[in-house]
This record gives sequence, C-alpha cells and structure tokens, in this order.
Amino acid sequence: MAHSGPMTDWRKAKLPVFAFLAPATLIYTLFMIYPLIDSIRLSFFSATNGGDLAFVGLDNYRTVLSDPDWSHTFWNSFWNNMKFFAVHMLVQNPIGIALAAVLSLPRLKFRNSYRTLIFMPTMLSVVIVGFIWQLILSPVWGVGADILDIVGLKSLFGPWLGKEGSALITLAFISVWQWVGIPMMLIYAALLAIPEDLVDAAIVDGASHFEVFWYIKLPLVLPTVAMVSILTFVGNFNAFDLIYAVKGALAGPNFSTDIMGTLFYRTFFGYQLQLGNPTLGATVASLMFLIILAGVLFYLFVVQRRLSRYQL
Amino acid sequence: MSLKIRKDHASRAVIVHAVLLSYTLIALYPVFLILINAFKSRKGIFREPMALPTSKTFSLEGFTKVLDKADFGTYFFNSISVTVVTIAIVLVLAAMAAWALSEYKFPGNTALAIYLAIGIMVPIRLGTVSILNLMVDLGLVNTLTALVLVYVAQGLPLAIFILTEFMHQIPKDLKEAARCDGVGEFKIFFAIILPLVRPAVATVAVFTMIPIWNDLWFPLILAPGDGKQTITLGVQQFIGQYVTDWNAVLASLSLAIIPILILYLIFSRQLIRGLTSGAVK
Repeated sequence: MAHSGPMTDWRKAKLPVFAFLAPATLIYTLFMIYPLIDSIRLSFFSATNGGDLAFVGLDNYRTVLSDPDWSHTFWNSFWNNMKFFAVHMLVQNPIGIALAAVLSLPRLKFRNSYRTLIFMPTMLSVVIVGFIWQLILSPVWGVGADILDIVGLKSLFGPWLGKEGSALITLAFISVWQWVGIPMMLIYAALLAIPEDLVDAAIVDGASHFEVFWYIKLPLVLPTVAMVSILTFVGNFNAFDLIYAVKGALAGPNFSTDIMGTLFYRTFFGYQLQLGNPTLGATVASLMFLIILAGVLFYLFVVQRRLSRYQL
Repeated sequence: MSLKIRKDHASRAVIVHAVLLSYTLIALYPVFLILINAFKSRKGIFREPMALPTSKTFSLEGFTKVLDKADFGTYFFNSISVTVVTIAIVLVLAAMAAWALSEYKFPGNTALAIYLAIGIMVPIRLGTVSILNLMVDLGLVNTLTALVLVYVAQGLPLAIFILTEFMHQIPKDLKEAARCDGVGEFKIFFAIILPLVRPAVATVAVFTMIPIWNDLWFPLILAPGDGKQTITLGVQQFIGQYVTDWNAVLASLSLAIIPILILYLIFSRQLIRGLTSGAVK
C-alpha cells in the first residue's frame, strides 16, 4: 500500500518522540540485540581454570567444526537438520499449497469451517503435539496399528520413533502435521488477492480449474511460497521443543534425531555426565546464526529479486 | 447450464469435500483420540482405544491423579500471568514506537525501523547464553519477570511492524484537527490514536500470545524451579515423571489442550483474519 511516510517534523515534538521510542527500543536492545551480539563475543572466549574468560580467537570454532569429538556431532546435527527441513519443504509446503488451492475454489461450501479446523493443530504447543504422537505411535498402546488397519496397512506399522533409521523422519512428519496450517493460510490469502478477471478470462477460454491454478495462480503466488519457505527454514533451524519432548536432550536413538537446537542445548547446559560449556554453547549458537543469516540473505537477494520480476 | 455440466459440477464438489474432510480428519483425530481416552479407565484405554467412553469405561482417575500430584493451578496461573502481562506491555510499547515511526520525520527513522525489524527474522533463542548471564546479574533467575522481559523483547519486532502498517491508515484530518485545537502530542497519542488501534489489537495479541504460551525453551532455562513452571514446562516435567501412567499422561495432555481449544474457537475468526490480511500486504 502506498503511503506518504511520516509527516510531522520531530523538532516540534522532541520529548514525545523520544518518550514514544525509548521504552521499546531499550527493552528490545537490552534483551534481544545485546544478547545476540554478546553471544557472538563469547564464542571467541574460553573459561580458564580460575573461571575467568580468556580470549581464544577462533579456537572454539575449530573445536566444534574439526575436533574429532565435536565435529562428528556437529555435522551430524547439521545434516539431520537439513533432512528435517527437506521433509518440510517436500511435504508440508506442497500439502499447504494444495489445501489452499482447494479452499480457494469458487462457490465452496463450509470453506471457513474447514480452514478453522485444519489450522487447529498449529495452535497447540509443540511439546503437547510431540506427546500426542508419541502415545499414538507407541507399540504399547497399539492405536497407531489399529488406525492403519482401517485402511488395510497394518503390516506397515512399526516402532518408528524408536528406530535409528526412521525416528528423524517420523518427527519431521509430526512437525509437518502441526505446521501445515501456516503455508495453507498464507498461500490461501495470496490466492484470494489474485484479480478475478484473470481467472474468469481463462475459464471462458475453456481452461480447467487445475490449469487455472497451475498456469495462472501458482506463478502469481510464488513470492508467498518463497516467504513461506524462508519462514520454514528459520523455524526448522531453530527447532528444539519437539525433539526434546519426545527424545530428550540426547536426541536418541544414538543421536539420530539430534538437530542444531538440541546440540546447542546440550553444549550450553550439559547433560548427564558432561558439564555445560557456555562459551562453546555460544559458538554453536553463532554458527546457527550464520546458517540462518545465510538462508535469509539468499532469500532477500536471490530469491525475492528473481521472483519480483514475475509480479503483476 | 446443461445437465451434463451440472453433473460434472456435482461430482467435482463431492471429490473436493472428500479431500477436505479427509484432511480435517487427519488434523483433528489425533487430538480427539487423546481427549476421549483421558476420560476412560486404564482397561478402557487399552482394550478399546478408539471407542468413546461408555458407562463401563468412563473414569476420571487420570484427572484426579494429575490434580493430586501436580500443581496445574499454579502452572496455569503462571502461564496466564506471563502471557497477559507480556501482551499488555508489548501492545502499549509497540503502539508508542509504531506511532513515532509512522508519524514523525526524524533523522534515522528508516534505520530505526529496520533495526527494530531484525528480530522478526532472527530467533531470540540464539542469544540464550547471554540472556541467562544477564538474568543472573539482574538476580532474576527463576522468576516470571525474566520470562516477561524476554518475551516482550521477542514480541516487540512483529508487533511494531504490524502496528506501523496499521497507523499509516489513520486519517490525517483527525490528528491535524487535534493539533489545531492545541492538544499536546502525548494526549493525541493516548486519547485519539491508542483507542483507534483497537482493531489491530486482537491480531497483535494473538501473534504475541501463541509463541509465549507454547514455549518450552525459556521456561526450561530461565525459570524451571518449583512453583515457577509454565503450563508447557509443567506438563513436560509431569509426563517425564509419570511416563508409564497412561491415565495421568492423557489427563495432563487434555488439561493443556482444552483451554487452547476453547480460546481458539472463540478467537479463530480474528486470528485467521489477521493471518490472511497480513499476508496480502
């Protein structure tokens, strides 16, 4: 929306302008920006035996990225996180787009009810969702097998969350189940904003609803799809609650569900016999920051620029 | 319309509704399953997990156990206090900042707006190590105040962004008329602008509330102590302790789900309107 920008000269109201801006800026700076910068600073330090901090340059990064004890864990969690993200991109976002496309069909009855009901899991706490699925997938209860039995697929059922090969993918699907409402809602809104004459013209020319969606609507909502993708990326590389609730800080079995968030928590806070190490934790956090920053910059400078060319 | 086309339309409608109904079932059935089993005896849970509670299987033993062994009242009270106080602070501070950014021309206006928007994309969790140090220095560890401060910082960026967009739409005449009458700048904001922001309040409140209510990370790190747990952390700790007690686990999950379900059904309209209008801009 075009607007004219701020109008009033601040020199007529210096005190009010300062008073309006100061509290928000102060709290935000003190509890968000300062900790982020201070964490990066801490990642260049290490605690000495006396408990003081000593500057160690890039040593912490060397430890995390190439020390045999650490690097394996770090790269394992990084690639697990990439898989976690890949499942969201390949499953969550296509389902979200498909649901949005169906919901935006003309003359659909109960549109709002479907939308409200399908969005419901997104409102629940990640922890609660993790426990819900842990119970349903538990072989002890067996209700998961019963449900598969209804569609005749009982033989497929296994202790998915407990097996090294399937635990991470299962958790990713649980997360997809919870978050699919976000892409659905955002893309639905973008589809509604497409001018109707465009669609009507194509329909008069004999295009089917699928063709209209695929050739006309989808290209027009690609900027929203890109935005959803970057939100997914940031969310996934910051995820923690689901793995911690279902698998604990050790992200078992055998670290097969370890992602950056759980690694950060363990490094910083410690677990079982290993003591927490704040400066190494800050190093892991700084690496997460770099990964997220790389994703956001790629989105801002590559994806968004290329897409804006196609916009109306 | 010819008969054939009408028939096509009808069969297409059936397919569309079948697709939407199946997905609605996938979205709701797991939650439904937890809720119905929370009201059953242990036998009922295992023998007929998919059946509704009957007079034979109905039992509230899970709930009595949960209420007996965990202080759910305190958890709810903590979550509600943290959420309500945070929302109130975020709304007032964000409205003030958004008003200054959208109304006054001052050097660095755009730069400050960008600075305040960084937090929309960068997760505050990455600063946890220093946040904990800071809270130790301030003597706020294991207090709800620590959570409120962090959540206010977390909620401000998006709230300021949404409210700035909203304030641009306030008609100029209103404030100009007030200025001509010699009304002070503070009074213009608190008496004229703040009441006008009300329609955006629901959107901002919901966006601020969901991540706070559902958060596990900061309660776990900043306020894990007895009596300070939020509902999410309380349930997580309770279930960790009583994993094998299915009645108690199902009941505690239901206690966490039901209030959110009720709130969602009341506010879903505002929430969805906020989500969809925000994306169009």
